[in-house]
Amino acid sequence: MYVAVKGGERAIDNAHAWRDEERRGDTSIPEVSLAQIREQLALAVNRVMAEGSLFDADLAALAIKQSRGDLIEAIFLIRAYRTTLPRFGASRPVATSKMAVDRRVSATFKDLPGGQILGPTFDYTHRLLDFKLAAEGKAPEVKIAPATKEDVPHVTSFLNKDGLIETELPSNEEPRDLTREPLEFPAGRDLRLQSMARGDEGFILSLAYSTQRGYGRTHAFVGELRIGRVAVEMDIPELGFAIEIGEVELTECETVNQFKGSKTEPPQFTRGYGLVFGQSERKAIAMSLLDRSLRWQELGEDFVGAPAQDEEFVLAHCDNIQATGFLEHIKLPHYVDFQSELELVRRLRTEAEAAQEAAE
Amino acid sequence: MNAQAYNFAYLDEQTKRMIRRAILKGLAIPGYQVPFASREMPMPYGWGTGGVQVTAACLVPEDKLKVIDQGADDTTNAVSIRKFFEKTAGVEVTEATGEASLIQTRHRIPEQDLSKDQILVYQVPIPEPLRFLEPRETETRKMHELEEYGLMHVKLYEDISRHGEISTSYAYPVKVEGRYIMDPSPIPKFDNPKLSDSSAIQLFGAGREQRIYALPPYTDVQSLDFEDYPFEVSKAPHDCDLCGAKDTYLDEVITDDAGSRMYVCSDTDFCSTRRQNGHVGRLGTPVSSEVA
Repeated sequence: MYVAVKGGERAIDNAHAWRDEERRGDTSIPEVSLAQIREQLALAVNRVMAEGSLFDADLAALAIKQSRGDLIEAIFLIRAYRTTLPRFGASRPVATSKMAVDRRVSATFKDLPGGQILGPTFDYTHRLLDFKLAAEGKAPEVKIAPATKEDVPHVTSFLNKDGLIETELPSNEEPRDLTREPLEFPAGRDLRLQSMARGDEGFILSLAYSTQRGYGRTHAFVGELRIGRVAVEMDIPELGFAIEIGEVELTECETVNQFKGSKTEPPQFTRGYGLVFGQSERKAIAMSLLDRSLRWQELGEDFVGAPAQDEEFVLAHCDNIQATGFLEHIKLPHYVDFQSELELVRRLRTEAEAAQEAAE
Repeated sequence: MNAQAYNFAYLDEQTKRMIRRAILKGLAIPGYQVPFASREMPMPYGWGTGGVQVTAACLVPEDKLKVIDQGADDTTNAVSIRKFFEKTAGVEVTEATGEASLIQTRHRIPEQDLSKDQILVYQVPIPEPLRFLEPRETETRKMHELEEYGLMHVKLYEDISRHGEISTSYAYPVKVEGRYIMDPSPIPKFDNPKLSDSSAIQLFGAGREQRIYALPPYTDVQSLDFEDYPFEVSKAPHDCDLCGAKDTYLDEVITDDAGSRMYVCSDTDFCSTRRQNGHVGRLGTPVSSEVA
């Protein structure tokens, strides 16, 4: 007798065992260590930390190893882990003006206080495969300069002295928390920035790109892009003052956007903002373009129907964990629904054929 | 996964409390979609994270859990979710519908009537019944607030004018206690009548979309229709080939490359119980004659 083939625990266990074997690959080749991933695939680690919203390079490295290098899967592992962590408080806002910068460039000024610091960048390199790397040579020798202790002021603060750029008013309003409250629209800038900071790099990139190509143009200049470490401080009620509990690496991008004025605002430069964990400058730049584009309402601009202007569209679709989960769920069994569709189509066809015959 | 590192049923107590509040609100306003701060779960969105969170918030150590997908206990995702709760909550599990105190389901309502001691948790992909008519959440929430359901009736009317019938075969929209239009999750419309006046509590969880809604016991749930085009259930015009049941929802199984088919109950527990009770279908054999 034929028995309908369905899943079964043994099949799942075997599939998982096979996957584990594939993960390890050829056992005659040494296993990759977490430290190797953390140190030598640092930008992948950064992306997983940023979109996983958890600053822990070792866990990110573990997730990358466990996911066989599938970064979205790794981000998912981190998200699922972070959601279980207790929350014992919130830090003070980090002071990016006090960042120990590794990289700091401005596209709007040739030189500026604090200087242009190129840092460890792929920019200006020829993208030629470096076969020396395949030979596993010695570590490169580099000269190390002592770190400067001076604060590096933000470029936009220079513009602000002349009133040429909109003023960001400090606010003590508690920002809402995307991970503790359901997302409701209109979301506001705090939730938009949170959402984009953990949103998919590719999605944010493409939408930002679409604004450059005319779908909600924002005429952005990179006022400043900086990468470095900032101290994280927390107020301890028992002590009555803030102490430093650690530091995080951040990429911050501020765009300066041309703005001819609107019904409500005078002509001045406006801002877009991007802030991402780790060295993730593509994402930070894209985020700042998209942030600016989403601010059309507050600045009294016209809604031209561009996706990058549409808060609900952007926020509802930028999370790659939500997106990949829902997309891939269609490979789960759907035969009950399909069965009902099958019967419907058969019935409609029968009726259509009968109607045709009757007409002939 | 190291189960010891996690709280009972995975979620921390604060999160469970938040979900329970949403469930209670949902029960108080049947059919209304309550926003809740859905958490990332260790299974992907779209694979039942909403249902899993609702189940986690409802489970107590004395519970007996049944998990089905497409009506079956042994489909891969049902197995995976059942194992998850076995590991994280250590609750007893069962395949027998009547024995379970909590049943999590995807795409089906069990054939057997549920009792007042049971909770049925549905996994919901798109909780908004108006979503495919209006993509914006801001708009659809307003439509629910104002009970502005004209768009839905126009859609059903257009179906009839084009196809001679309402061409929705699953996730068929319902109206709850004469107020909210609700998506019953992608159950075949065959199951819709079972939503109404059920003795069990019915809870619906949509994780990715961050919504929970509920039907308290004995709630009136009407499938949308017109006086001259009343709602009709549909199923394959066959009996179950294994147990001979005439009134169950059937899966169509292709048995060879010549297009032969057999029809079997989608509710595996219902079918095997009938077979154990001596019912034999067209292609079935008595259970006693099978080698285990």
